[in-house]
Amino acid sequence: MSVSLAVPRHFASPAIGRAFSRVLGRALVPAFFGLVAAGLALPAAAGPRIDTWTAPSGAKVLFVESHVLPVVDVQVDFAAGSAYAPAGKAGVAGLTRGLLSQGAGNLSEQAIADRLADLGAQLGGGVDPDRASLSLRTLSDAPTRDGALAVLRTVLAAPAFPADVVARERDRAVAALKESLTRPETLASRAFWQNLYGDHPYGRQATPESIAALTRDDLAAYWKAHYTARRATVTLVGDLTQAQAEAVAQDLTAGLPAEAANGGASLALPAVTPPKATTVAVAHPAAQSHLFIGSPTFKRGDPDFFPLVVGNYVLGGGGFVSRLMKEVREKRGYAYSVYSYFLPLKEEGPFQIGLQTKRDQAGAALKVVRDTLAEFIAKGPTESELQAAKDNLVGGFPLRLDSNRKLLDQVATIGFYGLPLDWLDRYTERVKAVTVTQIKDAFARHVQDARLVTVEVATDLPDAQAGAAR
Amino acid sequence: MKRMLRGMLAFTLLLEGSLALAAGAPVFETRLDNGLKVLVMEDRRAPTAVQMVWYRVGSVDEVNGTTGVAHALEHMMFKGTPKVGAGEFSKRVAAAGGRDNAFTNRDYTAYFQQIPKERLRDMMALEADRMRHLTLAPAEFAKEIKVVMEERRLRTDDQPTALLSEGLNSVAFQASPYRVPVIGWMDDLEHMTATDLRAFYDRWYVPNNATLVVVGDVDHQQVVRWAKETYGLLKARPLPVRKPQDEPVQAGIRRLTVKAPAELPSVLLAWKAPKITGMDAKAMANDADSYALDVLAALLDGYDGARLNTRLVKESRIAQDVGVGYDNVGRGPALFMVQATPAPGKTPAEVEAALRAEIARIANEGVKDEELVRARAQMLAAQVYKRDSMFAQAMEMGELETVGLGWRATDLMIERLKAVTAADVARVAKAYFGDDTLTVGVLDPQPLKDRPAAPPPSGMLH
Repeated sequence: MSVSLAVPRHFASPAIGRAFSRVLGRALVPAFFGLVAAGLALPAAAGPRIDTWTAPSGAKVLFVESHVLPVVDVQVDFAAGSAYAPAGKAGVAGLTRGLLSQGAGNLSEQAIADRLADLGAQLGGGVDPDRASLSLRTLSDAPTRDGALAVLRTVLAAPAFPADVVARERDRAVAALKESLTRPETLASRAFWQNLYGDHPYGRQATPESIAALTRDDLAAYWKAHYTARRATVTLVGDLTQAQAEAVAQDLTAGLPAEAANGGASLALPAVTPPKATTVAVAHPAAQSHLFIGSPTFKRGDPDFFPLVVGNYVLGGGGFVSRLMKEVREKRGYAYSVYSYFLPLKEEGPFQIGLQTKRDQAGAALKVVRDTLAEFIAKGPTESELQAAKDNLVGGFPLRLDSNRKLLDQVATIGFYGLPLDWLDRYTERVKAVTVTQIKDAFARHVQDARLVTVEVATDLPDAQAGAAR
Repeated sequence: MKRMLRGMLAFTLLLEGSLALAAGAPVFETRLDNGLKVLVMEDRRAPTAVQMVWYRVGSVDEVNGTTGVAHALEHMMFKGTPKVGAGEFSKRVAAAGGRDNAFTNRDYTAYFQQIPKERLRDMMALEADRMRHLTLAPAEFAKEIKVVMEERRLRTDDQPTALLSEGLNSVAFQASPYRVPVIGWMDDLEHMTATDLRAFYDRWYVPNNATLVVVGDVDHQQVVRWAKETYGLLKARPLPVRKPQDEPVQAGIRRLTVKAPAELPSVLLAWKAPKITGMDAKAMANDADSYALDVLAALLDGYDGARLNTRLVKESRIAQDVGVGYDNVGRGPALFMVQATPAPGKTPAEVEAALRAEIARIANEGVKDEELVRARAQMLAAQVYKRDSMFAQAMEMGELETVGLGWRATDLMIERLKAVTAADVARVAKAYFGDDTLTVGVLDPQPLKDRPAAPPPSGMLH
């Protein structure tokens, strides 16, 4: 699992990344795991005190005051993730997000980078299906903090989208995508999302052609329609007073683009149509097959969250002690990494099982995975497995919240998805209340055979030899 | 690759600062009678703790024919002792609400658990047990070595840039065991036995070759008492003599090509460079160049607006991405590495020339003071940010202690880095980047033979 740290995450930590980049760990979990864990793993005693309000700008604000370190962490999330891209503009969300900090107000991209570096501040963020995010970490002394926040405000409210920079970054994005399309893991992931979601925005993916066709105006229009205060959630963690936090949140969001007269771009996403069970094979010369099984499952806020998450801990979420790990890795040595997770999104996010194995044993490994899943869905966990899951999720709750960075992730998720503010406070009691029957029931409804998509990349299975999607 | 190298640099900087924890949490150091070094940092911000045990043994201690044994042993450390059955270790950590894992590098092997603080003593008992009593059952080994081979396929065999970097190491180093990949050559993995692991374990897994690091909401006296009750029961044993295996001076450029499925080539330049040799006054004086090279790395690639990214990616657009890595903290020799992906239509030769021109420009024209000020600001802020992670703080102490510089090194290193001048940077840019100590690796991208001739149906890859 340590290696999850080496995988670029949504909000990667460079320090840890380096430490592990030249180091081998004992297990690998997918990049998404961190994000998922953020959402799934909010167990515990009591969470931090979260204050929340709506800024005069209209932006929603969440604030956790902590003076342990002279540091302020800010994250601004917009309902501007890749799923909001207009038809035919796949790739616009990521490129827009990237361009924000590459020229804004009267600051060139060089000036933005220099100013933040001079202050020792770090700007991060990224794009996922639902969210486009900017995060800022800065020291909390007033001149440094104010200087760094001023850059963030400018980046949010006055991106310039310089034509030459847009052209350059578009070319780089096309080249990077072409490169990643040679990678078996990319092909597997794209085929997975495409076949789970079809024409739903979660299934649409940027292509070299769609990115190449994007213009400066597309980016500016996307920013104008989606980076509004109504679509924004500001999360603040760290060394600020309540009054300072209120001022910061308003200051950051006051200059965001105004909502269009007609009410602006929709916040809603279309409903997900469940896929039919299918197997998709993609040819690739890799030594290992990349295998995914999954289906769309549930939304943020679904009452089945706890049975599914606790159940998944037993199935494939619990690291070295999960059933998949035991059956696939420990007993048979088929894979280094095997896992399952739920990624709840605004609409039904995926359930996914993933593994990589030497290609001549792909069929055998798939069979073990299918049997393990079928057994789990039919019978659920044993009472002792359920207890072990609760012990870990409840006992380990404090580990989810023991740094400002972790608090920021958790609270931003609560804010963006509108989860109740006592979400963290009640997490452990809800985990403790889960029963075997609830898990069986929830899995039976959410993980149905008739909807399971299998993706096989780089196998020699009969499907793969066809070399095409079915 | 860029991400990796950038990340490396960020941590290098971080490493250099640190226990400027002068303002941060206190560290207590003890050595048990059996030689185990104990470092405890009391960081009381949350009711959690991390335990790490660092062994001063890594792939650098392996011999031909059994490369990868240090890492394979790390995997087997989870496969049981007479008291704790196979797979039971992780189960107990999980039951405690914890997370556990381990990692192996060229210089060290380390094991850790992140737990609620109440469970620390249980973890210490578990970790002490496997320091001496590992079962190493051949049947378990037979399965686990397959897992390791899958790991090699995943991380190296199917990763073009990993193959390039593995190849480059094996060419840049001839005598130093740094030439060998940490995970081991596949053929060695295929012929490895449980007996190989047993010999390695018996030789190196002793308390006098280890450092225990605990960071968290703990009382250091209590932790030391527990350490005595658990690790303290193990006996010290003499360690084998470690041969230096110093790398001879390279006299002439070396080049290699690696072919792998990819779209764009990749260029990796590696110069032999000095490392940090110690923290005493004499070493500090001798190591001036290494500190200056650290700053040079930051000026080339310390942030988005640094020289290489600005000049090669943004202005001339000759590169798709760039990165710099200079790891000068280690038991073996150091390399100053520069990597770039040529932009579409540009050749590796053009990119190599452009990268070298940027270093030459510093050698000839020097750097501005504002660049140094900027690098220092980032370094100092990173010292504060680091305190947000107990894990990162434990990593830093463990690594510095294990490579032989001592956990206190950070404060001294940061002082040295702050003292580096523009003239120092220009001097090292002139001194270390000639042809004779350079190794150049180029990834030669190959088409995916199995790629379907026609573009995939739109229903599949939208």
